[in-house]
Amino acid sequence: MSSFPLAAQLRAGLTAHSFLRAVSDIWSGWQRYTLWGTMGFQDIRQRYRRSVIGPFWLTISMGIMVGALGFLYGTIFKQEMHDYLPYLCAGFVIWGLISNLVLEGTGAFIVGEGLIKQLAAPLSVHVYRVAWSNLIIFFHNIWIFFIVALWYGKNPGWVVLLSIPALVVVVINGVWMGLLFGLLSARFRDIPQIVASVVQVMFFVTPIIWRPDMLPGRAFILDLNPFYYLVQLIRAPLLGHVPDARIWFGVLLITVAGWGVALLFYTVYRWRLAYWV
Amino acid sequence: MASIDLRNVSVAFPIYDASSRSLKKSLLPGTTGGRIGVGADHVSIVKALDDVTLSLRHGDRVGLVGHNGAGKTTLLRVLAGIYEPGAGAVEVQGHVAPLFDIALGMDPEATGYDNIFLRGLFLGLTRKQVRARVDEIAEFTELGDFLNLPIRTYSAGMRMRLAFAVSTSIEPDILLLDEGIGAGDAAFLEKANRRLAEFTDKAGIIVLASHSEGLIKTMCKSAVLFERGQVIAVGQTSHILEVYRDRSHK
Repeated sequence: MSSFPLAAQLRAGLTAHSFLRAVSDIWSGWQRYTLWGTMGFQDIRQRYRRSVIGPFWLTISMGIMVGALGFLYGTIFKQEMHDYLPYLCAGFVIWGLISNLVLEGTGAFIVGEGLIKQLAAPLSVHVYRVAWSNLIIFFHNIWIFFIVALWYGKNPGWVVLLSIPALVVVVINGVWMGLLFGLLSARFRDIPQIVASVVQVMFFVTPIIWRPDMLPGRAFILDLNPFYYLVQLIRAPLLGHVPDARIWFGVLLITVAGWGVALLFYTVYRWRLAYWV
Repeated sequence: MASIDLRNVSVAFPIYDASSRSLKKSLLPGTTGGRIGVGADHVSIVKALDDVTLSLRHGDRVGLVGHNGAGKTTLLRVLAGIYEPGAGAVEVQGHVAPLFDIALGMDPEATGYDNIFLRGLFLGLTRKQVRARVDEIAEFTELGDFLNLPIRTYSAGMRMRLAFAVSTSIEPDILLLDEGIGAGDAAFLEKANRRLAEFTDKAGIIVLASHSEGLIKTMCKSAVLFERGQVIAVGQTSHILEVYRDRSHK
């Protein structure tokens, strides 16, 4: 055992062999989709067990939230409701997905401790489970947006279909976040707290309740904010626009860089996870 | 054909939440537990397995004996592929079914049937395969209508029945048991033992960690004695149990 185990493991663990094992863990985890699919569904069922309308509480509470915030901020910012409410609603629902992917991603392996120590299955299963259950929640919430859009007679047109590949890309990003933050959080239990407070701030920094054009000049607040790119990628087509090329490019950069870092850490430290949880 | 080969396997746990300063810098002597050392960065390190070399072949029924914390459970988890050792090589051929702490890995709010599915999927079965076996599993548990109730209403013995029935129904080549199947009642134990006997006849391997001499004697032909993460002796069950008793009373 060297003086800095983590650094020593980094040197020793960065081999082609462990890289292949990390990739095969991620791939064979994906192939166990019936397993994490069932687990994801059960997570949601469990939360609403014995409740009469069950997961539709998600839809209702999101609707109440968006309605209240919409009228409050719409008035403060002196916005036209028929434009502002669909904008806020789309942003809010997408933010819910992305922030939960990050927040629950930090707990992916910690929550799965019992199973990790019981049964040898690919560890990535626990990350897919988080991604899947949040996708289910998203599909409950997005109805609020469609109801609001319908109410105000907004028709985004065929462009709306672009939000499907955008959603896939965002969830792919959610998986690397779960792998990376889940791994780090299993070892350093302060990380979930740090991530939670950062995400909380990012909600206000990211244009969700405000619009980019309310910001004087194009500030670094937008350009350097990865959440902005991810939110905008799905929101733009929902509102009937094709996302700018720079949004696509930004998301591509986030995806490649994020997966790169996550794979690096997963290669080196994956085998330690069972010891950490 | 099932086989297990361990060569010079070592497993060390870093303990981050223990106050390192309260532990002596040197290795602590003592017969209970693994060796506790302190790394240079003040992380306590427990050597749970220390240079273990072991080889098991099909038809073997091996008992692991030793004090609390001697490394028995850690060894089982290494065999299950849960812990990858820090040093040494592990080669396991065959499908492994671990049967450890039964309370873990079950969803207490889900019904018995749901848990049969979940556990089956976790053990590597497809939905279809679980569905094909679910009747047989339900019959073996003898839980009847209880399978439609949430697991939280079950007693420890009922949970054991469920976990045991699912784990053995996948026809594994290697079965790993921690503390046996103690929670079952007499009738179930007899039934379970019959199934285990059938299982070893089919050239599987059973590894059982237990403190119960009686259980080890009835189930295992050979035994391995662990002490502080090291293999002290391997051999006939009765012989090893004698050695264990002698060393304990010293």
